[in-house]
Amino acid sequence: MDKHVLLVEDEMNIIEAIRFLLSREGWRVDTHSDGATAVEIIRKLRPTLVVLDYMLPGKNGLDILLELRNDPDFVNLPVLMLTARGQLRDREQAEKAGVSRFMTKPFSNTEVVTAVRDLVQLAR
Amino acid sequence: MTREALTGSRIRERRIILGVKQADLARQIGISASYLNLIEHNRRRIGGKLLLDIAGVLGVEISALTEGAEAALIAALRDAAQGARMPDAEMERAEEFAGRFPAWADALSKSHRRIAVLERMIETLNDRLTHDPELAASVHEVLSTAAAIRSTASILAEDKDLDPEWRDRFHANIDADSRRLAASSKALVGFLDAETGEAVTSSTPQEEVEEFLAARNYSFEDLEAGAVQPADAIKDAPELTSVSARQVAEDVLKRIVQDSERVAMPKLERALETVGADPVALAEHFRVSVPCIMRRMASLPKLGLGLVVSDRSGALLFRKGVPGFAIPRYGAACPLWPLFQVLGQPGHVLSQRIQVPGRADAVFDCYAAAESVGPMVINVPPLIEATMLIVPVPGPDQDSDAAPQEMGASCRICPRRGCPGRREPSILSAGF
Repeated sequence: MDKHVLLVEDEMNIIEAIRFLLSREGWRVDTHSDGATAVEIIRKLRPTLVVLDYMLPGKNGLDILLELRNDPDFVNLPVLMLTARGQLRDREQAEKAGVSRFMTKPFSNTEVVTAVRDLVQLAR
Repeated sequence: MTREALTGSRIRERRIILGVKQADLARQIGISASYLNLIEHNRRRIGGKLLLDIAGVLGVEISALTEGAEAALIAALRDAAQGARMPDAEMERAEEFAGRFPAWADALSKSHRRIAVLERMIETLNDRLTHDPELAASVHEVLSTAAAIRSTASILAEDKDLDPEWRDRFHANIDADSRRLAASSKALVGFLDAETGEAVTSSTPQEEVEEFLAARNYSFEDLEAGAVQPADAIKDAPELTSVSARQVAEDVLKRIVQDSERVAMPKLERALETVGADPVALAEHFRVSVPCIMRRMASLPKLGLGLVVSDRSGALLFRKGVPGFAIPRYGAACPLWPLFQVLGQPGHVLSQRIQVPGRADAVFDCYAAAESVGPMVINVPPLIEATMLIVPVPGPDQDSDAAPQEMGASCRICPRRGCPGRREPSILSAGF
């Protein structure tokens, strides 16, 4: 399976750090920062996994996730959601919408790398 | 034991202040020292000539020994007991408690008041933490920057063989992010600090206006008398710091002037005596709309009434709270309020007795009515505004056969279980 991650995040230095970490693990990492066009990009790139920020300009991560889960092609796409919103309600909403893993900021590098690895293995 | 109980403590306190021995006072008023001792320890009732004699010897008015702060103290103790859901028999002993243990009673009363202030502050801050977009953005900024720093620092610490170009890049990122974090966390702390004072500071135009109105007890006699114009009344108001707030305040004051031209306050006061406090009867008496009379009633400080005005979107345009009835500053209010029930029926006046959760489960009579506002335009739906008058019901709800409707302020701070109107879980539902 192709190791291709799309990182949808608008924080440039988080993008840089995660891209470095996952690239070092052998992943091909594409990035995108605009919520409004994120679904379009995902449909075009068809990554193995999406790392998705919750608060994005244009459209939030929850709405992007809902749109993906309504598309038969992306029902099972592993989505790791990163968020500064750690409230129980946000987590419940994300889980209800079909998130694969929910992680609150600030996260550790090991957590991110392990989560990405686990999610892809589970999807196989 | 009744009010005399505290009177004994006051006699003792006054005697000691004057340096008069118990035996000397007893001799001067013609009773035994042991009997005076019983009076001073609230074990014997006192009144009539004996009280007059004691007041004369101690050089004080009788009222100084029998009235004053004790009434407020006992009221506070009863309120505390009610909040703790004590049995009625225990609540009846508030005076005895205050009489026998005045210092403890005072401490309990002060703690009770302090708890009430803190509860209100928690409600306000929670409301803001949940719904304030500025704060949400600020917290997001801090956490995102912290995430970037943590992640980058970990790479630098863990990867000993990091390419020098990457290392320099990550160092530069950490430097930039740490500066950003310092600035954003400082701004956040400043924001939160401003919120933790006794008076929660204003940040939106509407909050500034509410602060402006509250500082004047929602009463503008000079304005209503035509002595000043709305623009003059807001000109030097320290609460109105923004142009938007001054504009909103001026609109509020213009409406007060319009309302006062229809219902002058002295006439309203007289009508309250002859017609009564029924908003519908008063509206008919003055031939004005029910919302207009409700606004006028809420402007009369001695009535102590609350008022909420909402537009059809549910946004609260005006808030005048009363103790025990929390009105959310941010986010949506309880959908069960009569205010929202009348929005689709202009002209319909709804009266409901309601109970809101709190330390004392306070009961209120609410009157709500909606009316169209603004000019009538063909083929353009009218703008509708709903108004709700909040009338505190003193004491237990005894004069009504029907149980009051249970409502809240907003879901977030409402502990009621099984509510059909609930939109989100309550932070109070877990026995807070």
